[in-house]
Amino acid sequence: MRDVAVVAFAQSHHVRREQARNEVEMVMPVLHQVKTELGIDQSQIDFTCSGSTDYLAGSAFSFVMTLDGVGASPPISESHVEMDAAWALYEAWVKIQTGAADTALVYGYGKSSPGALRDVLSRQLDPYYLGPLWPDSVALAALQARACLDGGVTTVEEMAEIAARSRRAAADNPFAQLQGSDDPAVLLKEAEIAAPLRRHDCPPITDGAAAIVLAAGDRARELTDAPAWIRGIDHRIEAHSLGVRDLTTSPSTALAAARSGVADAPVELAELHAPFTHQEVIVRTALGLGGDVTVNPSGGPLAANPLIAGGLIRIGEAARRVSSGEAGRAVAHATSGPCLQQNLVCVLEGERGH
Amino acid sequence: MSDLVLPEALRGVEPVRSIRTPARLEYTFTAGQATSRFLRGISRKKILGERCGVCGKVILPPRGSCPNDGVPTSEQVELPDRGIVTTFCVVNVKFSGSAMELPYVCATVVPDGSDMGLFGMVQEIPFDQIRMGMRVEAVWVDDDDLTHDLASIKWWRPTGEPDADYESYREHV
Amino acid sequence: MSEAEILSAPLVLEYPFKRTVGPVQSAFLTGLREGMVLGVRAEDGRVLCPPVEYDPVTSAELTELVELPATGRVTTWSWEPAPRAGQPLDHPFAWALVQIDGADTGLLHALDAGSPDEVTTGMRVRVRWNDEREGAITDIACFEPAGDEEGGQ
Repeated sequence: MRDVAVVAFAQSHHVRREQARNEVEMVMPVLHQVKTELGIDQSQIDFTCSGSTDYLAGSAFSFVMTLDGVGASPPISESHVEMDAAWALYEAWVKIQTGAADTALVYGYGKSSPGALRDVLSRQLDPYYLGPLWPDSVALAALQARACLDGGVTTVEEMAEIAARSRRAAADNPFAQLQGSDDPAVLLKEAEIAAPLRRHDCPPITDGAAAIVLAAGDRARELTDAPAWIRGIDHRIEAHSLGVRDLTTSPSTALAAARSGVADAPVELAELHAPFTHQEVIVRTALGLGGDVTVNPSGGPLAANPLIAGGLIRIGEAARRVSSGEAGRAVAHATSGPCLQQNLVCVLEGERGH
Repeated sequence: MSDLVLPEALRGVEPVRSIRTPARLEYTFTAGQATSRFLRGISRKKILGERCGVCGKVILPPRGSCPNDGVPTSEQVELPDRGIVTTFCVVNVKFSGSAMELPYVCATVVPDGSDMGLFGMVQEIPFDQIRMGMRVEAVWVDDDDLTHDLASIKWWRPTGEPDADYESYREHV
Repeated sequence: MSEAEILSAPLVLEYPFKRTVGPVQSAFLTGLREGMVLGVRAEDGRVLCPPVEYDPVTSAELTELVELPATGRVTTWSWEPAPRAGQPLDHPFAWALVQIDGADTGLLHALDAGSPDEVTTGMRVRVRWNDEREGAITDIACFEPAGDEEGGQ
């Protein structure tokens, strides 16, 4: 296996509604930022891979428009995933493993404000049995939350604490959309918006983008003094039908964690893509994280959740803290699909001997 | 074939073979900065391209970046509403939502001074006389009907000037 | 450029999809049209409802249809206080995963329960059929509380 590291990460200032900029205008600054930071241009990127979703953008093959912000002349080696850009990062990592690339630019963006996100997300569901009912994403997450409460996996008090902890942590994150929180006891006095979920249990709707540059071995060391090495990465998917899954557990996360070696050494920090509060408990359990692990110091998806970019940002945030020395070993997690259907786990470490 | 055994009650009835699953999604799109600048120009009968600071090419219609270099364009360039048909096609098929009488001609028109073309229709000339290199000018809608929409250009029509030499526009085909 | 100078425009996308169904889906949807609930038996013996064409574990083609009653119990639920366009009911309702009696998996649908205070995990429900049925999941108008009137397991 080749050693591959995150060598640069940038994200937009996440907002509810990015009114002044179209997609390419929103994405271009983060693409420029990662390349400028490394002192490279597109000609030094061997492979470019992005994540986006057409239903959100409202046009077919919408990612092609955003490539205008990359610069595709002379023609570049490029690919795209219609899911969270953490999976684009996985594809780029595989490309580097094959030896076909030493560097890769990965980016993802989601502009949810033009449409109704809850309706758009219902279109990802099985079109025969689920789509015609237009079940929305919050309602499905609420079904999962109820199963967790009934099953003793979590409590509404713990969920409120996760919400408050996340948004308080986000006070130190200049890119976050929601910063600060009332006390959990105050949050619990709010009415339920989709029982058993209250507003604080749900992620904000966000417009935003993020970019990461990956590099292999010595090329990574040339580009930065502090590469965040990917020591393990894996992703797994579960059945689509919610009715055949045990919604209170995440076997796909557990399997991805085992295959990426999460338990091989102590974990100091985790950035978890658990958009709803109860999902953090499920993911933390599946990853086998102890109570001593710092979870979502960035505020996580409860503080800013740009669709498609949200998972990639978890990898970027974890890598940033590994590069800065804040953590020696960190786990990043990304999810896609309803109720944690698919999950990606990435283990990051600083230079050995640090 | 599947060896599925249907319950007796379903054996004599017409099976369901397909379902209709219509979906309707409503959006409100923002044009962003560059496209807003361009469309505001169109509503004043002005064609505003934007120059790339790296390659020097004039991008039209501008969307905020140079597709070649991936950098923002910001220098606005006012272009004349006349130019060259670089390529065209004769449409003989009716598309839903189109009220156009068949056949009609769609063309890429590169305004003088631009490096990219606008998509539009060529009228006021029989369809079989339209050719690459033909010089055309924009026919705008009445002033009262001007909007932030390329439909403000009704179509393009021949100017009668001599055709452009292929070498002069081959890069833009 | 100020935000006020940024242009925006409405766009409506309509997808008039017509989808072909597989043999198991066809049987299930034909059953709904005729007022009957069908499951399918998986290789491990579980009965899946709604039924699928292929085994979710082994991917084997499934062929053994199982007739099921139009009753079941709620395995989990959430409350929809403000129904959105296209959803099964236009007044507040519960979304529920319903395990049909005799099945081992859950079917997602609306539960017309009046108020969240009337819904509990494990409660018994029955299908409320649409009067006009065409062979679609929406032939089930919704579920409704069934009290203890019917057996179950």
